[in-house]
Amino acid sequence: MPEILDRARAQVLADGAGLDEAGILAVLRLADEDLPELLQLAHDVRMKWCGPEVEVEGIVSLKTGGCPEDCHFCSQSGLFTSPVRSVWLDIPSLVEAARQTAATGASEFCIVAAVRGPDARLMAQMREGVKAIREAVDIQVAASLGMLTQEQVDELVAMGVHRYNHNLETCRSFFPNVVTTHSWEERWGTLTMVRESGMEVCCGGILGLGESVEQRAEFAAQLAELDPHEVPLNFLNPRPGTPLGDRPVVEGKDALRAIAAFRLAMPRTILRYAGGREITLGDLGTRDGLLGGINAVIVGNYLTTLGRPATADLELLQELKMPVKALSATL
Amino acid sequence: MFCDRCGRSAAEGDHSACAAARELEPPRFCPDCRRRMKVQVVPAGWTATCVEHGVRRS
Ligand code: SF4
Ligand SMILES: [Zn+2]
Ligand SMILES: [Zn+2]
Repeated sequence: MPEILDRARAQVLADGAGLDEAGILAVLRLADEDLPELLQLAHDVRMKWCGPEVEVEGIVSLKTGGCPEDCHFCSQSGLFTSPVRSVWLDIPSLVEAARQTAATGASEFCIVAAVRGPDARLMAQMREGVKAIREAVDIQVAASLGMLTQEQVDELVAMGVHRYNHNLETCRSFFPNVVTTHSWEERWGTLTMVRESGMEVCCGGILGLGESVEQRAEFAAQLAELDPHEVPLNFLNPRPGTPLGDRPVVEGKDALRAIAAFRLAMPRTILRYAGGREITLGDLGTRDGLLGGINAVIVGNYLTTLGRPATADLELLQELKMPVKALSATL
Repeated sequence: MFCDRCGRSAAEGDHSACAAARELEPPRFCPDCRRRMKVQVVPAGWTATCVEHGVRRS
């Protein structure tokens, strides 16, 4: 057995202490023949330190497209010739989206906006929208609205937003290759404010942006240092018209190695399947990931692309005997 | 008629990759006039609106 798996068993499984960057890199470099054993270990770690429940979430875009930032993977940047047009969701439709999400058994509903940070109009929409959802639907509300000021952090807390998503997207050393309109450190600053406010921190990123395997390990280590409550893991779905539109998708086995490595770096975090899993992993790989460290899913559609039907994921969870985390367990 | 994914003429060129991608994407171009549509994706569906040709739904 590879030495790194022995070490991970003793350190991560037994003691709940995540691997360091060198250990993560060793995991990412494991041979294909070691993959089944790696996934089993990552699954054991997840079961021991998180339990069998799977947290189910739905997401919706409150404001789509026309973003002034230049994240090279993103079809919602207004700086590329992407076919995605700017559009706002009205409040009744937002509440309906929350209701549909709750109907799947999900405990989380995340409201997302394609912005550098919120302006007065977006904050007003959030006040109205979050209030309407809380009155009509039994679900926890999370938000992802870009970089925040301290006043905006405080206002979101007052609205009852319980978790804030802000992805670092990739490691610090690769970030300038992907985004030039703001810095990794600015993102880190927002995350620090969110943490101090008492909101739960949700922070992940996208694999397959052109980062090296060393940089993938660097990213996992930096996330572990941040210690987020939740880590959403996306795989690049190359979008027409974006600078990364012609990149290849991540190989299924590399995606599974990464899932296991992120779990071994962060034994207690909520590690969520987010965008791109359908094209990178397909149905079979989706199952392998749920048996290799993943303990949360986004069900239904994404912000500008579609997912598989929520029922397909819920049936799979049932088959795997993984109960959906109940709303009461999150309160 | 136009391909609702890439906006090019549906009669010219190969759109099989577009058709495959469309299984996990909403339409972006109006098939009648190739205008970019305003598209709203929600967890259980989507709507796509052309100023000229109206609303399409999943
Ligand atoms: S800030 Fe968000 S919406 Fe804007 S380009 Fe970057 S990823 Fe896209
Ligand atoms: Zn086409
Ligand atoms: Zn039209």
